[in-house]
Parts: sequence; C-alpha cells; structure tokens
Amino acid sequence: MGLKQQLEQLKAQGLEQIQNVKDAQELNQIRVKLLGKKGPITEVLRGMKDLSVDERPKVGAFANEIKQEIAGAIEKQVQVMDQLALQQRLKHETIDVTLPGRPVKTGTPHILNQMIDDLEDLFVGLGYEVIDGPEVETDHYNFEMMNIPKNHPARDMQDTFYITNELLMRTHTSPNQARTLESHDFSKGPLKMISPGRVYRRDTDDATHSHQFHQIEGLVIDKHVTMADLKGTLEVVARHVFGNERQIRLRPSYFPFTEPSIEVDISCFACGGEGCSVCKYTGWIEVLGAGMVHPNVLKSAGVDPEVYGGFAFGLGPDRFAMLKYGINDIREFYQNDLRFLQQFQQEVK
Amino acid sequence: MKISYQWLNSFVNLHEIDPQKLADQVSLTGIEVASVIAPDQGLKKIVVGHILSTEPHPDSDHLTLCQVDIGEDEPVQIVCGAPNVAADQYVIVALPNSRIAGNVKIKRGKMRGQASEGMICSLQEIGFSDSVVPKAYQDGIFVFPEAEEAGQPVFPLLGMDDRMIDFDITPNRADTLGMHGAAWEVGAMLHERPQFPEVKVTESQITTDSLLQVSVAEKSLVPQYLLKVVQKVKIQPSPLWLQIRLWNNGIRPINNVVDVTNFVLLEYGQPLHAFDYDKLTSHQILVRRAQDQEPIVTLDGETRELTSDDLVITDGQKPVAIAGVMGGLTSEITTETQNVVLESAVFDGTSIRKTAQRHNLHTEASTRFEKGIDQGSTTEALQRAAQLLEEIAAGESSRGILVGHQELPVERKLALDPKHVNHVLGTEITTAEIGGILSDLGFEHQLEADRYEVTVPLRRWDIFIEADLIEEVARLHGYDQLPSTLPVGVQTVGGYNRKQLLIREVRQSLLANGLDEVISYALVKDDEAAAFTAHPTAKIKLSWPMTQDHAVLRQNLISGLLNDLKYNLARQQSNVAIFEQGNVFRQVDENQQPLEVPTVAALWSGNVVDESWIEKARPVDFYDLKGALTNLLTTLGLADRVSYQTDELLPELHPGRAAKLMIGNQELGFIGEIHPSLQHDRQLPPTYVLQLNLQVLLDQEQKPLVSESAAKYPAVERDMALIVDHQVTNAEIADLITTNGGNYLQNVQIFDVFTGEAIGVHKKSLAYRLHFQNPIATLTDDQVTQAMTKIQTALQTEINAQIR
Repeated sequence: MGLKQQLEQLKAQGLEQIQNVKDAQELNQIRVKLLGKKGPITEVLRGMKDLSVDERPKVGAFANEIKQEIAGAIEKQVQVMDQLALQQRLKHETIDVTLPGRPVKTGTPHILNQMIDDLEDLFVGLGYEVIDGPEVETDHYNFEMMNIPKNHPARDMQDTFYITNELLMRTHTSPNQARTLESHDFSKGPLKMISPGRVYRRDTDDATHSHQFHQIEGLVIDKHVTMADLKGTLEVVARHVFGNERQIRLRPSYFPFTEPSIEVDISCFACGGEGCSVCKYTGWIEVLGAGMVHPNVLKSAGVDPEVYGGFAFGLGPDRFAMLKYGINDIREFYQNDLRFLQQFQQEVK
Repeated sequence: MKISYQWLNSFVNLHEIDPQKLADQVSLTGIEVASVIAPDQGLKKIVVGHILSTEPHPDSDHLTLCQVDIGEDEPVQIVCGAPNVAADQYVIVALPNSRIAGNVKIKRGKMRGQASEGMICSLQEIGFSDSVVPKAYQDGIFVFPEAEEAGQPVFPLLGMDDRMIDFDITPNRADTLGMHGAAWEVGAMLHERPQFPEVKVTESQITTDSLLQVSVAEKSLVPQYLLKVVQKVKIQPSPLWLQIRLWNNGIRPINNVVDVTNFVLLEYGQPLHAFDYDKLTSHQILVRRAQDQEPIVTLDGETRELTSDDLVITDGQKPVAIAGVMGGLTSEITTETQNVVLESAVFDGTSIRKTAQRHNLHTEASTRFEKGIDQGSTTEALQRAAQLLEEIAAGESSRGILVGHQELPVERKLALDPKHVNHVLGTEITTAEIGGILSDLGFEHQLEADRYEVTVPLRRWDIFIEADLIEEVARLHGYDQLPSTLPVGVQTVGGYNRKQLLIREVRQSLLANGLDEVISYALVKDDEAAAFTAHPTAKIKLSWPMTQDHAVLRQNLISGLLNDLKYNLARQQSNVAIFEQGNVFRQVDENQQPLEVPTVAALWSGNVVDESWIEKARPVDFYDLKGALTNLLTTLGLADRVSYQTDELLPELHPGRAAKLMIGNQELGFIGEIHPSLQHDRQLPPTYVLQLNLQVLLDQEQKPLVSESAAKYPAVERDMALIVDHQVTNAEIADLITTNGGNYLQNVQIFDVFTGEAIGVHKKSLAYRLHFQNPIATLTDDQVTQAMTKIQTALQTEINAQIR
C-alpha cells in the first residue's frame, strides 16, 4: 500500500471516529492521537524519505491537506458538542413561567382622592389656582357672606353641625369663595380658583347620606365672564369625567349665593340618553349646581358687582365617583374596607 | 304642591299638551317636576253601578246580595260585604276581569254559593290613600252624591283621569304653592296669559264690624289680619268637584266650610282659617303673643303649652288658634256650626317657622307662611272663600272686611338693561324678546333710554334686583339656547402651592411603599379625639351631635386608622397597610376657629409578605414602617435632619419600640408599635403606626439640590466589627464614625447586629462597612488606614468599644 493510500485510510478512520465521539474529553484524545507527534500521520510522513524527490512534495501536500481536514472536522465537532451542552443546560434551567410573580405591593390612592386629583389637574391646566380653606368655619363665612342671613329658609337646606353659636363644621366649600374674593388682588388679573375639601351635614349616615363628604368649589371672576362661559366650562368637566360623548343640560334652580342659579344634568353615560335604571329612565343625571355669583356675595367681599362678575359651581366627588363606578352606598368611601379600596388600583381615568 | 292639569287648564290654555311633556318643559324653564301622577294608573273596567235592590245573603250575617245596573241590558248580582251598602245607591263597581289598586284582578265568582259579577268598591280599593278618604266612606263603599249614568267609567267622575304634576319647588319659588302662581309660571312658559274667575260676593246688610271687633297687638309680626263673617251656613259635604280638588292634593274633605278654606289655600296659596262664631266666648278678637305656659288644645286634639314667642289668636280671653299654624279645638267647625268667622292673614315667616319647630307642628298653612305668600291677594282670597260659602253652604256674608292690620309691601320697580342681560349671559337676546318675556310673566314694563323700567307684582316676592330679572329672561329664553364658551381675557397661570405639592409628594411616597390610602371621619368619639396626642388641647365638641360616634373633632389620625384596622380584621383582612392625609384640629380659644394642622399618619399590621410558592410569610416590624418613613423623608430631602428620640414617648406606644421624631427642636411626630396592653385591650395583632405633622415639614427651609458627578476613581471598602454595651445605639456609633472618618469617608452601612453569650451579657456586636472615596485621585492604602485608626480610637475611648 502506498503512502497515499495509507493516508486516505487514516483520514477515513479519523473522520469516522470524530463523528462518533461522545464527549469533549474523547474528542480531545482523538485530536492528540491523530494529529500528535506520535500519531499515525506523522508516522506515515516519516516514510517519505523513501520517496522520490519528485513525489515527496506531492505526498507532503496531501498529508497536510488531510491533517487540516481532520482538524476542521474536530473543530466542527467541538461546536456541535458545545451547542449540545448549551441545549442541555437551557433545558435544565427551564422554569414554569405561568407561576405567579413575586408579589410587590403598591398602594392604591383612595378613589375620592383620585377623583379630586384628576379634577385639580384638569382645572390647573385651565389656569385655575387650587385654594384650601378651613373645615371649621364661622357662621359669618359659611352663611352670612354667602347671602344666607340668619332665619333664611335656605339654612334648612343644609342641616348644620354647630360647635358654638358662631363656629360650625362648614356645610359647603362655598365660604372659600368669600375668603378668596376678599384677598384676591384684581389688579393682578382675574380670579380663577377651585377649592376642594371635606364638608359636613347634620345627617344620619345611610346608603345615600353621609355626615362627611367632599365638594369642589369653583369660582371665576373677571370683568366679563358669562353664563355661556360657565356652560362651556361645565361641558369640559362633564366630558372629562364621564366621557367625550356627554351632553349637558342646564335647569333653573336656586342657591342664595348665585343668580341665576342652575342645576346641571349630563346625558346618561350608561344608556347614552335612551333611558335606563341609572338615569331613572329620564336620559339625564343631575351632577352639580352652579350659577352666576350673586351681586350680594361680591359686595359683601368688597368686590364691585358693577365692574366684576362671574360664575361659581360646586361639584361632589363622592357623587361623581358613585355615578361613574356604580357605587350604591356612600358609606363605603369612609369604612375603608381594603377590598373596596384596592379595586381602584386599576387606572381609572 | 301637586298641580292638577285639569285645574290648571281652566286658567291657562294648555293646548292639550301631553302632561309629561308639559312637566319636562316646566323642569327646564322654571320648577323641577318630581313626577307626574296618574290616579287611574293600572286601573281598568271600573264603572258606575246603580244598586236596584238588596237582600241579605242567605248563608251569611254580613254579606248582602245586590242587583246592580251596570249599564247592560240586564242587572247583575254582586255580593257586597260593606256595612253601608243600600238600595238606590250609585256606587263604584269593578267588573269581572277588572284591575283595582295593587294590580289586583277581580274575577267573576261565587261567595258562599251566591254568584257575584264583580265587586262594589271603597275608594281605598281603587287606589285612594286612607288619609284623603272622607270619614263617611272610610269604612265602607263610596256612594256618589247624585245619580250618575250606570256603566260609565268612574275615573272622570272622581277626578282620577286628571294628571297631577308634582312641583318640587326651591325655597324661592313658593309663589307656585298655589294654582294662581302655577298658572302664571306655566302661562309665561307657553306665552299664554292666565285668566282667573272673577270674585263676586253678594254680602248681606249686616256689617262685619257689627259682629266682631279686632285688634292686633304685634303689628310687626302680623302685616295683614282680615276677618269676615259668613252667617247661616248649612254644614254638609262639599260638592264632588271641590272634594276632587282636595283629595287629588292629599287633603281629606271634611265639610263644606273647612273644605272651602283648604280649596282657597290651594287656589291662592293663601292659608285661611274658619272659626265657629258662636263658640267664641267674646267677639273681641285679639292677636297677641301667648303667655308663657299658656295652654291650647289644637284641632288635632293635642294639648300644647305655648311660650311668649308664639303668636295666638284669642277671643279676647283664651287662645282659639296658634296663629298661622293650627286652629284650636274649642272653636272648631262642626256639624252644628251656623255662623263662621273667616280669617285671612299674613304672619311673619320666621316667627311661624320657630313656632312650628317648637311644637313640631308643620301644616300646609305654616309651610306657606314660612316660605312666603302673595300678600297682594290676601283680601281677594277672603272674598273668594265668602263667595264659595254663599254658593255651596247657603251662607250670607257680612258686609265689608274687618281689618285688624293691613300693610301691603311696595311693588318693586327695577331697571333691566338688555346690555346687562347679554353681558351676563353671553347671548344676543334682542330688546324686543326681553320685553316679550316680561309680558309673558305679567310684569309691567316700559322701555326708557334703552332699558326697561319693570314693576314686579307682589306675587313674585322673590325678585329683588336686576340679576333676578336676568334669571327670568335666561330661563324663559331657554338655557338650551345658551352658547358654550370658555372664559377669555387675561391668561392666568394655574398651579398648586407648596403645601399642596408637599401633600401630593407625601401621598405618592407612601403609596409607592405599598400603603393604601384611606379617608376616615374627622368627627370621632370623645375618647378617641385626643388619643395618640402628645400635647392635647381642650376638646372641640359639636353642640348637638347626631351620634356619639361622631361628636368631637379629632386631634390625631391614628384613632381613625385603628377603626379602619378593626373594620378590616372583622372581615378577614389581616394584612393592613394604610395611611391617611388630613387635618387634625387643635383648639386655640373656645370662640376661635381651631388650628387645622395638615397631618399624615400610617398604620401597618399583619404580614409584609404573605407565604407563597416562592417565599415565606414575613410579619411587619418596626423597620418596615421606618423604611417607608425614611423613603418619604428622602423624597423631601429631610432624611438626615430627623432624629429619633426615645424619651417622653406617648403612653399608647411600646416604650421600647417607639421614637419621637424631631427636626432640630421641633416635634415632627412619632413612630412605634402600639403598646402591648392596648393591643391586648383592643384585640389587635402587633401593629405599627406613625404620624407626622406636615406643617413642621413645610416650615423647613428647602435646600436647593446641586448635583455631583459620579466619582471616576476607585472606592475602597473596609469592614469593621465591634462589641459595645447593649444600650449604645447605632446612631451614636454611626455618628462617631462619621465625625472621625475624615474627608474621604463617603458612607457607613451597618450590616450585622449580633447578641449572644459568646460576646458576653449586656453586650452586642455590630459590624459596619465603610466606603472611602477620593473624588479627585486614587486613594492610597495609608490614607484609609489612617482614617480607620482614628475612627477606632474614637470608638474605644468614647464608648469603650472593643474592636474585633
């Protein structure tokens, strides 16, 4: 057998061994065995000295070719083995992704505060200031300054928690109108404010009454603010809270501190105005009271009603939330059952 | 008041507009309508029957067999159990397959063996409230006073085909508490001028002042007091048309005299009273204040003790009525009454209101005086009542009206400038249209120099100023006609003030730490008000609380949070991590508004982590809540300014697991575990609370944040363990390390705390990791070792630490 044939044979055997190798260690042994200094190819090449000068380079080149071929095969096999090992590792490391995630507790803002925050943001965007006022008010600001003198029948509309003859739990956020009107410097521009907060009525708590609830007062006073501006502003509120399709409807009403006074209905968001149980089959839902600020209120606060005028409104976050989320019992807001509170974790805007 | 569609239609041409449609329209232009009531709703096949003959039921001692003409060819037999059934009566018959009140179906049937073709009905059985059924028919069937054609439906005969429009008035629109006022309102809306029947009294030759004398002692409380006598009245039931007006409005017909006073009340909104002339002990009527403890028995049979704040009508000696509220029993109109004194008056609303409240006696009359009445029709109402008594009680009116006092208000004259109207409303309503609306309202007006001079009739006493007239124009023009705009003019920059922003940040931080937000009541129980309060003030109490649960203003938020915890524990919710932001109220002076201190409080109880497939349960401890607090203070840039003091703790807190929080010498609040005894008393699991005075946080000077570049040179870490006496605190050690660590010490972290016998009793071992960093060069080993030596020396000498 010639050298060339020997080499061919070695190559065939080597490639077969490489193909059948079981692990990286065996492959390494094969590498040393086939390509090492004591390996068969080297052995064969030693026999080259017997060849003619002509043939030597040919056989030498052929032997190198075989060496490279075997080395290549080994290299390729290494990659196959690595890939195999990786596959095994990945398989081994596989987890059940359907198991629940590690609980990370985040808190839920109270739904009423979400409602209030949202409306505050809306009005701040419209250029309103947010102004706080005291929860314990004087009779003077809560009633007298709001054009509700003593013995006015409207005092019956708002049963009051008195502390002394002059001190009381505010029955509405309206006294903040008077307080703000007194302090506002009209030479620096119009007054646009909202005032959110807790209010109190002498009521027995039940599903629809709470002795504590919330209001957001709104007040805009300038040299020319119209009832049409009020209507437009309330449309913005209604659509922001209850959806873009909402229509609003104004009805005459009575508040001692506004003239004209109106109640505001929105087209029913549950039925779109067709009539359903939410709107008591009228297509409309009463949501807030508003009006043009009564000249007496301006006058009492030292603002000239001949020059300045504007609108005021009072809306109830409790009522808004009850309507929007179908809450039937106002007490749920103040009992703070976590199961009730936590459902509003969901983005509610 | 419920406004009868049919009655209204007699004053104003309603053009047969659907009652519901009319109601909707009224709601949009004037008065909210609560509902439209159809008295015959759900009823059918109920007709007039003529009882031809009766005979006792052979097998019953209380049933009667009636042969009844129901307008068919042959009479039918109906078995009736009413005691007042008799032959020749015209009655209400529910035919077979009819529906009566309560959706009850009447069937043809047999009663004790006798066929019954339907049922003879009482008024209650066809839907009348017991409170309006005339006494004579209360316990039996109703009998028509006159012959009616048999077989015709009963509904028109009883006024049940009328539609009652329930006006839900606001306090300013009491002018519609009478049909005339309602007619003006609806007329203005429909552009129809109402027409009222002319009042015509015949009057006898006998003058009123020959029968009675009157004087009014309290003229300021009695602007008008008018009397007239009607003699020789024949007391009997009122005609049906009049009874219908009353019962459809919830008033029980009594007899013609009483009914006439009630009818005129509904017609004019003017309360009237009728006295039995012959039962007055003298005919010298005196209107005066009652004497204290003076008694009167009112028409409802109650004996009432009066006070000098009550106005009474007296017969010269004893009170015969509480003025404007209710008459007295002694001068009541009875079947024997022959001569009647009619009173038409105006009493001061506030005085009436107080009297009605004092005696808890709210009547149709008192309600109207409280809300105000049309003072322009007091005289006419009296004449109208006299006229009706002439017509339906064969009475003879005395000549003239006896006036005790009469002072009419002046009709207001107001200017209405169309420019003002459009300026306020944002509209372009023409001057002519405004004039049209004034005409529709029946307000006299003249255009002078581009503005209207308007005379407001007395019947609209709610209109004082131009703005009131603008409202009239706006609502009758229609709010749906109003354009929608947004305010223009000088732009304003809205925003939150510093306090509002701080509150938002505080809430956000606590939410991010996993606490849920709650809102509790600011009014709490007396013993809750000043709990958890280091320096309580006097309690601020409601003078007349609704319940003791909400009687006193809170000085702390923890009491509320504890209530919330209990509420949740009772409902199997044991992991409670909650906070509330709100005011606490501190008394400054009894007669001053209290200090309202913005405050936040948090409560944490149960597990921080529940057991799950991936981790073990871990109950909350002090350091969880402290971690949340640290995050909050870090957000505000104040973490390193707050110190934890363990003396002078609240008695409600665990003395070894609580701290008073201080910023400098200002008290910020507290943090700690609820005292084990309190936990035991309230049956609470271990619970941690904290409360912060946000005003103290607001008062801190804000340091502007100046950023630093991240260090470019390697940092060096050194660990150090030391053994110290048990009472030495981490704060003391960290403080010593920091002060002695030199410029390169960046921060100190404690990573181990150990106690055990191995290190000795009353000893503990602490381990710290110190980070050194030179921002402008690489630190040398020497520099760090030097710093460490200085620290160790200080620890050894200052707190006798043993460095390990």
